[in-house]
Amino acid sequence: MSRTHVNCEVNGDAVDFLTEDGESLLNALRDELGLIGAKEGCGTGDCGACSIIMNGRLQCSCLIFAPEADGAAITTCEGLASADELHPLQQCFLEGAALQCGICTPGFLVAAKALLDENPDPTETEVRYALAGNLCRCTGYDKIVRSVLEAAVQIRTPA
Amino acid sequence: MSTTEAPASTGTNGNGASGYRWVGTRPVRHDGLDKVAGKARYAADLNLPGMLYGHILRSPHPHARIVSIDTSAAEAMPGVKAVVTGADFPEAPPKGATRNLMCTVIARDTVLYSGHAVAAVAASTRREAKAAAEAIEVTYELLPHVLNIADAMADDAPVLHDNLFTRGVEPRPTEPSNIAARTVYERGDVEQGFAEADIVIEREFSTQAVHQGYIEPHACVVDCDQEGKAVIWASSQGHFMVRSSTATVLGWDTSRIKVIPAEIGGGFGGKTTIYIEPVAALLSTKAGRPVKIVMSREDVFRATGPAPGAIIKMKVGARNDGTITTAKAWLAYENGAFQGIAAMLGCMCVVSAYTLDHLYVEGFDVVLNRPVNVAYRAPSAPAAAFAMDSVVDEIAARVGMDPIDLRIHNCPSQGDPTPYGPKWPMIGLRECLEAIRDSDHYQSELPEGQGRGVASGFWFNIGEAPSATVNLNENGTATVITGSPDIGGSRASMALMAAEELGLDVHLIQPVVGDTEVVGFTDVTEGSRATFATGMAVVEACRDLKEQLRKRAAKTWDCDVEEVEWVDGSAVHGPGEQEPLTLAAITGNAKRTGGPLGATASLNARGAGPAFSVQVADVSVDQETGRVTVERYTTAQDAGTAIHPSYVEGQMQGGVVQGIGWALNEEYIYSDDGNLENPGFLDYRIPVASDLPMIETCIVEVPNPSHPYGVRGVGEVGIVPPLPVMANAVADATGVRISDLPLSPPRVLEALTAAES
Repeated sequence: MSRTHVNCEVNGDAVDFLTEDGESLLNALRDELGLIGAKEGCGTGDCGACSIIMNGRLQCSCLIFAPEADGAAITTCEGLASADELHPLQQCFLEGAALQCGICTPGFLVAAKALLDENPDPTETEVRYALAGNLCRCTGYDKIVRSVLEAAVQIRTPA
Repeated sequence: MSTTEAPASTGTNGNGASGYRWVGTRPVRHDGLDKVAGKARYAADLNLPGMLYGHILRSPHPHARIVSIDTSAAEAMPGVKAVVTGADFPEAPPKGATRNLMCTVIARDTVLYSGHAVAAVAASTRREAKAAAEAIEVTYELLPHVLNIADAMADDAPVLHDNLFTRGVEPRPTEPSNIAARTVYERGDVEQGFAEADIVIEREFSTQAVHQGYIEPHACVVDCDQEGKAVIWASSQGHFMVRSSTATVLGWDTSRIKVIPAEIGGGFGGKTTIYIEPVAALLSTKAGRPVKIVMSREDVFRATGPAPGAIIKMKVGARNDGTITTAKAWLAYENGAFQGIAAMLGCMCVVSAYTLDHLYVEGFDVVLNRPVNVAYRAPSAPAAAFAMDSVVDEIAARVGMDPIDLRIHNCPSQGDPTPYGPKWPMIGLRECLEAIRDSDHYQSELPEGQGRGVASGFWFNIGEAPSATVNLNENGTATVITGSPDIGGSRASMALMAAEELGLDVHLIQPVVGDTEVVGFTDVTEGSRATFATGMAVVEACRDLKEQLRKRAAKTWDCDVEEVEWVDGSAVHGPGEQEPLTLAAITGNAKRTGGPLGATASLNARGAGPAFSVQVADVSVDQETGRVTVERYTTAQDAGTAIHPSYVEGQMQGGVVQGIGWALNEEYIYSDDGNLENPGFLDYRIPVASDLPMIETCIVEVPNPSHPYGVRGVGEVGIVPPLPVMANAVADATGVRISDLPLSPPRVLEALTAAES
């Protein structure tokens, strides 16, 4: 089967890979680029574990064909931290015990970043609706929501 | 006791009065950074050189005889390296747990549910494997099927297993039946109890099968070599279980198999068994290459998991002073295609939160053409509590008593008999009831138009076998290796208990989950047992180490070991003639005092502490749509001692929300032809963030005397009360009591409409 050559930017790096036309961007990120942070929980866009930000929009990477990423700018969970510092969302998730098994965590972090990029001062309700496309079966969402609200405070008022 | 309303990161302690330095604190979990950075490796994240992808073909029929399987077309397809069917696996014994496991992994002569594995392919790519699996030609002879309890129990029901005779019935039946077992617990004389009662309430309840709903589908990578050895990377609740179960299904010696535990993306009981590892192992053996199998979400719903649906009939008598005099219960639980113990567990739980002089509890385990039940968080208890605590709520209303006061009035205490035999050890039900009664939530006025419900729940908790190895490193740090997969933060709890014992900063301790060849046998992470049982092994190993450390100090000081005490992480000379030696000083000098320091403990953990939870919710009900909205929720749970309170709260909150999902929305929906109609998260809707309020937590601590720090285990009981809590709150809000779950909008609307007319 012929493969398509895809050029894009992932977490600030120019990357390229070969992919079959019917392959999902999620599988390309994981198998071709080794970025395993995005997970497949359903493959149908219902769980959000594969969340990425593509061209500024929150997306389920399982619903995007890999060749569609050509020319796109993509942020995954792996792109949130800098070399010496975690993103405030990551730090708040750790300190707020916002993860248990952790499988949904990368997707939640990416979705929460997409929210805070647009709305740096969300209400609890806004956080809950912004994260409603991400399923977590362990936490009951309480500590996730609290941690996102806390991260929003920290981002708005840097130390 | 503490109530947490502020963000959990404020360091509110679950154990303020304990006097512990580390136990009860909230350090960042040791495995956390990898998980927020996207680096943590779950089973599906592993790729090996030359690895093939496996795909399993599943039955589209709920009950059929396999006439023939033709794999020739599949074997000829591009990229295909191996094909297996049931015929490639060892023959299963005629009956029993081994047969059930073997025939669940892959069907032999008969498929017993839609989704039952029939054959599998390994190929170079996912797509090639899937296409080839679909090219396998299976000829089925359809058999009549049964999908619900009533049909399966009927005299003329199609029988799933012609060698299954009901246990627990005298004389022993001569005809096979779908009723696998009958269980009875009784005490006193229920008829006398009803005669003593001023009111008697009799109701019938039903609940639907639900799935554990872990976000990570089952996944494994298996690499078999030419000497017949297999390395398995698997996501499971117990890698020693994966080893023994895989060996059983394949007829292999366990020593051929090494299982490396991947991070696990949720289990809730559903990963206490195996489905895919033996299939991948056989494919890998045939192909001579590593094989990865990752289930699709649809397959997860169709072929794994579900917790049983149940029908429960309750008849309860009480006096006007609120004393419950007697209870008679009839419970039937789905088992899926092979027999289990769901009804037996339901029988043990159904009235456990109450003191009763007279009881008669009878349960039936029923097989039907659905996937095999697996444990789901306090298995069977939620449906049982739904029935009993719904009736108790009606009793409270009838006698005009506050529902918490009524439960306190009937609350069992230490020394009272349990419904299933032994006496209660020290338990914290009363304390949980009082915690909810005194909570800000329960004391608050119910907002206009809302309803409030309360309920309690019980779960046993178990001990089983743990192992731990603790090694002290030359720089004064420690590595704690256990055999318990960490589902919800147990590594942090292991490190905290080791820190407390050794007097070492918790950040200097690295907790690790060891594979089957580096740590001693450890049972599955189930029954809320990891922090309780494996924690005991960690503590025992640390106490062994403290003895060793004292001896090393004595050797260094050339004194009697009795003169050395271990205080706050240092050896202290009793007579005071020597400067204290820190742990790091001793480990740094270990080569000169006898060699490296390490200790191992393996044991049978006895005395798991029974768990209770009491919960309260306020709900509103949309009269036009029937939608139930949870407005406020508070849960109290006896943790014994909260080792890491944040993760105790997390278990409590997670259990509550799973229970809310069970109560309000989740259900397996089968078509008449036996296929699951909602095998995806769109149609099987679990709660999302916008469905819920914060889940307020109240950690109750009635220490378990059998554990060195008083741990009971907190993983499961939280899921038990939400079913009756929701039903009771909806009844309070609407005046309409619904006894069939889920309380989904159509069902609630139907009940409201029926009540109006």
